[in-house]
Amino acid sequence: MPESRPRRGQTLAERAAFVREQARWIRKRALRMVFEARQGHPGGDLSATDVLAALYFDAMRYDPVDPRWAARDRFILSKGHATGALYSTLALAGFFPQEELTTYMQPLSRLNGHPNRNKIPGVETNTGPLGHGMPVAVGIAIAAQIDKADYRTFIITGDGELQEGSNWEAAMTVGHRKLSSLTLIVDRNRLQQGAGTEDTVGLDPLDDKFRAFGWDVVEVDGHDIEALLPLLDGSTPHDRPLCIIANTVKGKGISFMENKANWHHGVPNAEQYEQAMKELDA
Amino acid sequence: MSSPATQKSGLFDCRDAYVKTLEALGAADERIVAVVNDSVGSSKLGGFRDKFPERLINVGIAEQNMVGVGAGLANGGKVAFVSGASCFLTGRSLEQVKADVAYSQANVKLCGISSGVAYGELGPTHHSIEDVAWLRTMGDITVLVPADPWETEQCIRAAAEMDGPVFIRISRMGVPALPRAADASFTIGKAETLRDGRDGAILANGTMVCRALEAAETLAAQGISARVVNMCSMSPIDETAILAAAQTGAIVTVEEHSVRGGLGSAVAEIVSQNAPCRMKILGFAGFQPTGSAEFLMEHSGLTATNIAASLRGLLGR
Repeated sequence: MPESRPRRGQTLAERAAFVREQARWIRKRALRMVFEARQGHPGGDLSATDVLAALYFDAMRYDPVDPRWAARDRFILSKGHATGALYSTLALAGFFPQEELTTYMQPLSRLNGHPNRNKIPGVETNTGPLGHGMPVAVGIAIAAQIDKADYRTFIITGDGELQEGSNWEAAMTVGHRKLSSLTLIVDRNRLQQGAGTEDTVGLDPLDDKFRAFGWDVVEVDGHDIEALLPLLDGSTPHDRPLCIIANTVKGKGISFMENKANWHHGVPNAEQYEQAMKELDA
Repeated sequence: MSSPATQKSGLFDCRDAYVKTLEALGAADERIVAVVNDSVGSSKLGGFRDKFPERLINVGIAEQNMVGVGAGLANGGKVAFVSGASCFLTGRSLEQVKADVAYSQANVKLCGISSGVAYGELGPTHHSIEDVAWLRTMGDITVLVPADPWETEQCIRAAAEMDGPVFIRISRMGVPALPRAADASFTIGKAETLRDGRDGAILANGTMVCRALEAAETLAAQGISARVVNMCSMSPIDETAILAAAQTGAIVTVEEHSVRGGLGSAVAEIVSQNAPCRMKILGFAGFQPTGSAEFLMEHSGLTATNIAASLRGLLGR
């Protein structure tokens, strides 16, 4: 039975409160996965969590029982390393059993460090190498355009990831073909693996770059659910493809991880883990 | 019999068979779309564009995007034929081929046009003599190297029928239509024995198959019975046919491709571990000097004369 944007009868505040609770669960579950696997990418998991929760628990149309339902909205995690957050989200949405999250990165688990669509229901394309999500999303949006179908396509890219040229090949095609069924969310946490984006190869002014490529651009606090929902649920009118620059905090929600590049793929020790869980429960 | 490549007539450009087949498939199946990197002309897809303008997607000079777009179209239910010069389609977008197409098992058909050294004088940047080696190692993508117009059509039809990634390596060089029985059939994973023989075997694919047949003709006149096997299907590969060829005691492989990682390597992998026999691998040793395609082939011994001489050499005759 297709789950079609089920919470539309509610007020924005009620919807946001629901999404926030899912985001809290996702953060805790993702962190536990990283802690138990002794590897992962917690910083980027935590910066993308609120957008993921807003997509899967408010904005998107999908059916976890029929993950390849032709009319589903598509989501692509182009920053494929944020699997702690992605797998927790998919399990919470019902695509596979939550108990399976304990197998994250264990030998022969289907929950690899980067997602595999042929093993994990709900994954649209195999990502991991950066700069792959947007071209695939473009192809999906063109297919929808040809078929006059009303499904939408969402992509999350990292910000550092936008240094990959393939994104700009795709962004140019999006603008040229006016693929307005496509929504890009840039997880703008301003940190890449080892340093700030602006200290590595600067991206600013990022909004102007996308505007020049033919997109509508909105900047938003990527942790402000009430601001995200109207942008993601299709209720904000826009003529051109939408790029949401979501200003986020890498490691969001855990004081000692926030805005620290070394938590890109850092793993908490037992004491840090306990403190982190307390903070997420607060 | 003169060398087929120097014949003035009776030669076919396999791109014509490719586009004719694609247009026929497109008329019968709305899911068929073509994706190009500004290569409408060199892929000869002008006719497809005129018939199905909405289904010809030109992403411009952007091969990484082109392959990703193909994977996305497949996600949206399309059967995407992604065409471009083989050197760029495979080389520039190799990671997209790996992650978005092969590893993702996307229903994408990559058509590498003007493969091998077809672009002759344009030099090694435009030669595509590494493509089979690169894609063959991935395992999860079917790799086909048709030898003539009929086989090109069969490859395109078989690719459209199967659900999953395929790479089809298409030349632009003139090749003759190979002699075949009227009821000949094509099956992915099956080699085609074009001529039986017991003294040795010549295993070839693509533009080299007609030269292998010519070599066998020459050898027959010299009292040597050479089998000729067309190895169009590089992945999956027909191990049974290779082992049967090894039973003759001598194998020459010949391909318009690097001697590293292509047909010769694939045959050696199987022969060396199961039925060691004498082998000679004919192909290109590396980046090629300036010259026409025909010159480069002669320069590297990819001629009927040298194929015949190579088998004679293995036989000590």
